[in-house]
Amino acid sequence: MDLSFVVIQALSGLASASALFVIASGLTIVFGVTRIVNFAHGSFYMLGAYMAVTIVPWLLQFDRSPTLFFVGVIASAMVVGILGVIMELVLLRRIYKVPELFQLLATFGVVLIVQDVVLKIWGPVDITGPRAPGMRHGIEILGQRFPAYEMFLIFVGPAVLGLLLLIMHKTRFGVLIRAATQDREMVGALGVNQAMLFTGTLFLGAFLAGLGGALQIPRLPANTGMDLSIITEAFVVTVIGGMGSVPGAFIAALIIKMLEAFGILIFPKITLVLVFLLMAVVLVVKPWGLLGKPEVASGRAVLPEGILNLKAFTRTEALVWIGLAAALLLVPVFGDTYKVKVGIEIMVFALAAFSLNLLIGNGGIVSFGHAAYFGVGAYAAGLLVTGPLKAPMELALVVAPVAGGLAAALFGYFIVRLSGIYLAMLTLAFAQITYAICFQWVEVTGGDNGVVGVWPSRWAASREVYFYVVAALSLTTILALRHLFYTPFGYTLRAARDSATRADAIGIDVKTHRWLAFIVAGAAAGLAGALYSFSKGSIDPTMISISMSIDFLMMILTGGIQTVMGPLVGTAVFHSVKDFFMPLTDFWRFFLGVSIIAIVLIFPKGIVGAIDSLRERMGRGPAPQPKPAGEAA
Amino acid sequence: MAPLLSVSGLEKRFGGVTAGKNVTFSLDAGEMLAIIGPNGAGKSTTFNMVGGQLKPDAGSIVLAGVDITGKPPREVWRLGVGRTFQIAQTFVSMSVVENVQMALISHHHQTRAVTSAATHLHREAALAFLARVGMAEMADRPVNELAYGDVKRVELAIALASEPKLLLMDEPTAGMAPKERTALMQLTSDIARAHGIGVLFTEHDMDSVFGHADRILVLVRGEIIAAGTPDDVRSNQRVKQVYLGEAGAQAALKARRQAVGAH
Amino acid sequence: MAPAIRIQGRFVMPKLDLSRRTMVGGLAATGIALSSRTAPAQGAPVRIGELNSYSRMAAFAVPYRNGMQLAVEQINAAGGLAGLGGRPLEIIYRDDGSTPGDAVRVAEELVTRENVTFIAGAFLSNVGLALADFANQKKVLYLATEPLTDALTMGSGNPYTFRVRPGTYMQTKMLVDAAKDKGVKRWAVVAPNYEYGQSAVAAFKRLMGAAVPGFEVVAEQFPALGRVDAGATVGALAQSRPDGIFNVLFGADLTAFVREGNTRGLFERRTVVSLLTGEPEYLLPLGDETPDGWIVTGYPPEQVTTHGHPAFVTAYKAKFNDTPRLGSVLGYVVPFMIRDMFNKAKSTETPAMMEAFKGLTTQTICGPVTMRAVDQQSTLGAWVGETTLQGKLPTMKNFRYVDGADVMFPEAEVRAARKI
Ligand SMILES: Nc1ncnc2c1ncn2[C@@H]1O[C@H](COP(=O)(O)OP(=O)(O)OP(=O)(O)O)[C@@H](O)[C@H]1O
Ligand SMILES: [Mg+2]
Repeated sequence: MDLSFVVIQALSGLASASALFVIASGLTIVFGVTRIVNFAHGSFYMLGAYMAVTIVPWLLQFDRSPTLFFVGVIASAMVVGILGVIMELVLLRRIYKVPELFQLLATFGVVLIVQDVVLKIWGPVDITGPRAPGMRHGIEILGQRFPAYEMFLIFVGPAVLGLLLLIMHKTRFGVLIRAATQDREMVGALGVNQAMLFTGTLFLGAFLAGLGGALQIPRLPANTGMDLSIITEAFVVTVIGGMGSVPGAFIAALIIKMLEAFGILIFPKITLVLVFLLMAVVLVVKPWGLLGKPEVASGRAVLPEGILNLKAFTRTEALVWIGLAAALLLVPVFGDTYKVKVGIEIMVFALAAFSLNLLIGNGGIVSFGHAAYFGVGAYAAGLLVTGPLKAPMELALVVAPVAGGLAAALFGYFIVRLSGIYLAMLTLAFAQITYAICFQWVEVTGGDNGVVGVWPSRWAASREVYFYVVAALSLTTILALRHLFYTPFGYTLRAARDSATRADAIGIDVKTHRWLAFIVAGAAAGLAGALYSFSKGSIDPTMISISMSIDFLMMILTGGIQTVMGPLVGTAVFHSVKDFFMPLTDFWRFFLGVSIIAIVLIFPKGIVGAIDSLRERMGRGPAPQPKPAGEAA
Repeated sequence: MAPLLSVSGLEKRFGGVTAGKNVTFSLDAGEMLAIIGPNGAGKSTTFNMVGGQLKPDAGSIVLAGVDITGKPPREVWRLGVGRTFQIAQTFVSMSVVENVQMALISHHHQTRAVTSAATHLHREAALAFLARVGMAEMADRPVNELAYGDVKRVELAIALASEPKLLLMDEPTAGMAPKERTALMQLTSDIARAHGIGVLFTEHDMDSVFGHADRILVLVRGEIIAAGTPDDVRSNQRVKQVYLGEAGAQAALKARRQAVGAH
Repeated sequence: MAPAIRIQGRFVMPKLDLSRRTMVGGLAATGIALSSRTAPAQGAPVRIGELNSYSRMAAFAVPYRNGMQLAVEQINAAGGLAGLGGRPLEIIYRDDGSTPGDAVRVAEELVTRENVTFIAGAFLSNVGLALADFANQKKVLYLATEPLTDALTMGSGNPYTFRVRPGTYMQTKMLVDAAKDKGVKRWAVVAPNYEYGQSAVAAFKRLMGAAVPGFEVVAEQFPALGRVDAGATVGALAQSRPDGIFNVLFGADLTAFVREGNTRGLFERRTVVSLLTGEPEYLLPLGDETPDGWIVTGYPPEQVTTHGHPAFVTAYKAKFNDTPRLGSVLGYVVPFMIRDMFNKAKSTETPAMMEAFKGLTTQTICGPVTMRAVDQQSTLGAWVGETTLQGKLPTMKNFRYVDGADVMFPEAEVRAARKI
């Protein structure tokens, strides 16, 4: 490796780091102040690029000058900033009080809507923007040519960092941002100013995302995949840097892009895995990222987001559920093959969602990567029956939960050492690493093609028989998991969620119990994954993708994480909504997004949570705490 | 006889702040030992080092002959230390009795049990502990609906559930009416004496301190500046200067008289 | 997988505009003899279920659907399916959700609820493979129109699945045949890191290695799909000082790569061979950055003059006010293959249809296309040529149509892979 090459490669890394930092800084500021994990940040980035490929060429008609180019870039970022304000005013403002997970879900709804809106306005074809006037050429450095525009980008990042630090330390707005980032309670005390602060923050965040997108147009065509391709990377940067820390994001972007620039020389296939691996390593060593600070414990105990009081079924409830189960079991008798197929999928997803709620609703362990265990189960089963062993389905169904449990044991070991948003992000990182392995390790996993021929054993080959196989396994597992909520183990998990400090002070090893819960949930998800793969006859990486993990989250949130049975209702509703819109229109993502936001706004406790509240208000109330025999005596 | 708890040379710094400097004291079974000091003196820090929530930078903590320095809270608890927190820590999604049941489930090593339901486990025993702290009536109320003073009582019941040798109580009566305070402190000292439990507590309310402590430590900026019986401490010039002040000293005197009178 | 996993698109509900002009132009385009039968089709329609990524990959799937609709109109106007008593052909379009899981569910719905005779479509390879396996399991015929993966006709091939578009291996072979005489030995390769990219690179190494003595690969780069770090990748390739570059990137990755490479002079004095880059879907977004002289597979819509192709372009433009893309050609060809299959099978029974497809030759706007029996792969070819700018319009020069029959897997290899 000669020197000139090292220099050029380092410069390339710096330019990319700079561009990435501009985007990530907005995300980290928004998180710091509002505590909202804003998935729509990637959409703002994409909108920035689309705005720029619209505005900049128009401006350049008048004069091909660098000035007009940058006027166009700033104008695009401004427009996106205003869109951020609109999102704050119209949506976020209404949901600051709802559980954090719901806010995340709502921003994901925005992602879906923006995707289809962009498609509608700009069309599906990539739009290549103009190059920056005066910066088309390459600069000769040590005998190698380096693009002038990248050279310029190298300075943009530090400039933005400097400006942000200036704002943070010299303006009232900036001081408020810092104060809010450090102390949650303070924000509440701001009163009217809080609304202003949040609106302003969203403007700044969206502006930075838009700026990041607009600055990309001389390098990248505006395209409809930009949002999702950037958002994970931006998350990784903010997490590694420490959520809320702007300088942290800067350092993290530098590390990632430099590692990448040189890492690909040694491991040309590493990119996707590298960033997540780095994030996992950083979080294991520094649980709050490089420059992040631990959440200041809130002064008063706040009610956790999740199951609040566990009730046994009332007689009516039990009857309703038995009725529903009976109706489900009759589907193959009265329904057509398609209904049977949909029934199978709902049961499978219900099992996965239910197991996720053991972690989230009961344990307060927010996993953004539950699809990892679902996928590991599916792959274990799929590779077993199609591989050299040609194992039967029965064996695969035993191995799959074991594999899911083992994966959960391995990942969970690290995950349970963290808390809050960092924990959630580490679950995401492990899921992405699993995804990348399945997607890229073609020789073993078949890559994105996956593996086909994963069909049930002959006796279970008919849809109807397989339906009952799935019903038997998923319903019993769900019942077993449900039972777990009520056992001392389930209570212990919930106790640790309510107050880890108190749990620790009465002898509970919080991490170990969370780890065990992870294993149980992972095993159940693994079983669900295997059942799913046999129902569709193949395995492929979409089963491990982020969107699959998010689907699971949506299912439990739609149903309500405060309730034990909510996820089942949520799964059925969510799957049906998707199934309803998909054949209807090519814009099904738009309608899905709107449905999600509607659910968040109308049922902030989920559907079952809403039913419970309604019953309480109507005075009939859910069953009081069961009076145990001891007291009655 | 060796003391129940002996703490020697504890040090703790947070960045530039000294929260503990050569903190040394001991506590006997059945004794009520109070730590007093202004805000930020390092009282909670001391509790947290003994309870295992914080690791001391230096020094040692020995409980009934066992070195517990730097052990995690769950192990310290298993060795016989129950505690309450300055900001009450309870399982807010559970009922009052379930909170105590949780402590008993843990005490009996049943936190991984998955066969039976938890609601019936140790309910009787839990109710008995609640009765001791006067919370039996509230047993089935969700704990998050209680008044703060009642939450503190639940914490005490939780702390007692494991039959501890040592109780750590960080501001146990904060948020209570004066009458309630006296009652709770009286209850605590009765239990302590009856069961030979050592109690380390702190209070900003001087009535409670001087009325119930056998001995008092005065902590200022992480350092113990005085120690002794309530009378010793009250008359200590240095304490008067830096902490109690004249008015405080008189209040302390009054409290002592009343407490003695009440006996 | 077929390329372009990220490209998403707009659904333009096409107007079912049966104007005379379109019909006549279109019919002329197909070169069908109209003299004897001009009565429109009659009877209950024969329904085909077509699944594709109309939402996520609209840039490809919508022109494809347009092509199909044009062809179906023309077929029905010309008397429908003669072999089935003149019944009209009807295609039911569904979004496949772009995931195998969704696709298989939709396929199930099409088969059980819509009573389709068989299923067709798919753009993404994993969706195609899942549908192929579904077809095999449910004993339904599946006409895989767009997926590129070789697994579909080789290792994972099955008797129920027929593929139309030339696969990864075939297209790579076209390029190798066109570039091997340049005598370039030192190659760098760059491909998106997933099955399509890896298989293309494997095929390239194998074919070029066999054709050029002293062939060596001096650098390999596999950036993650959809997130190429173009600067670092170009730097790494340049560092190895290759004489030739084989590129498999496409879409936004390609545009970023080309820009970076242009500025840094990566392509200067080097032979560049690039898969699919000549397809208008990928070529048009390059705009004035389009490099000159890359050897590519693709399709130059305005310049093809054989087999009644210009009439097709005219009809397509008239109906959709847009130039056809490669997807449009494919979409247009498929219904005629279906028509001829029915005319031969004279039945809608699956075994009869399968039998009819084997060895079936259809006259298309690309020339005669035969469904080879041994791997059930059609001989539809592609245009191979060099990229160039005509004014501001990126297109191809020095191109020729390469018949798929010349670049297929050797039969022995097929038999080994399919275990037949
Ligand atoms: N986790 C921590 N990180 C940093 N500083 C801390 C931490 N905990 C305590 N401190 C600091 O150590 C000092 C002692 O705090 P501590 O809570 O022990 O005081 P205290 O005597 O209990 O006060 P109060 O009467 O207000 O409860 C204070 O200055 C406090 O700010
Ligand atoms: Mg304190």
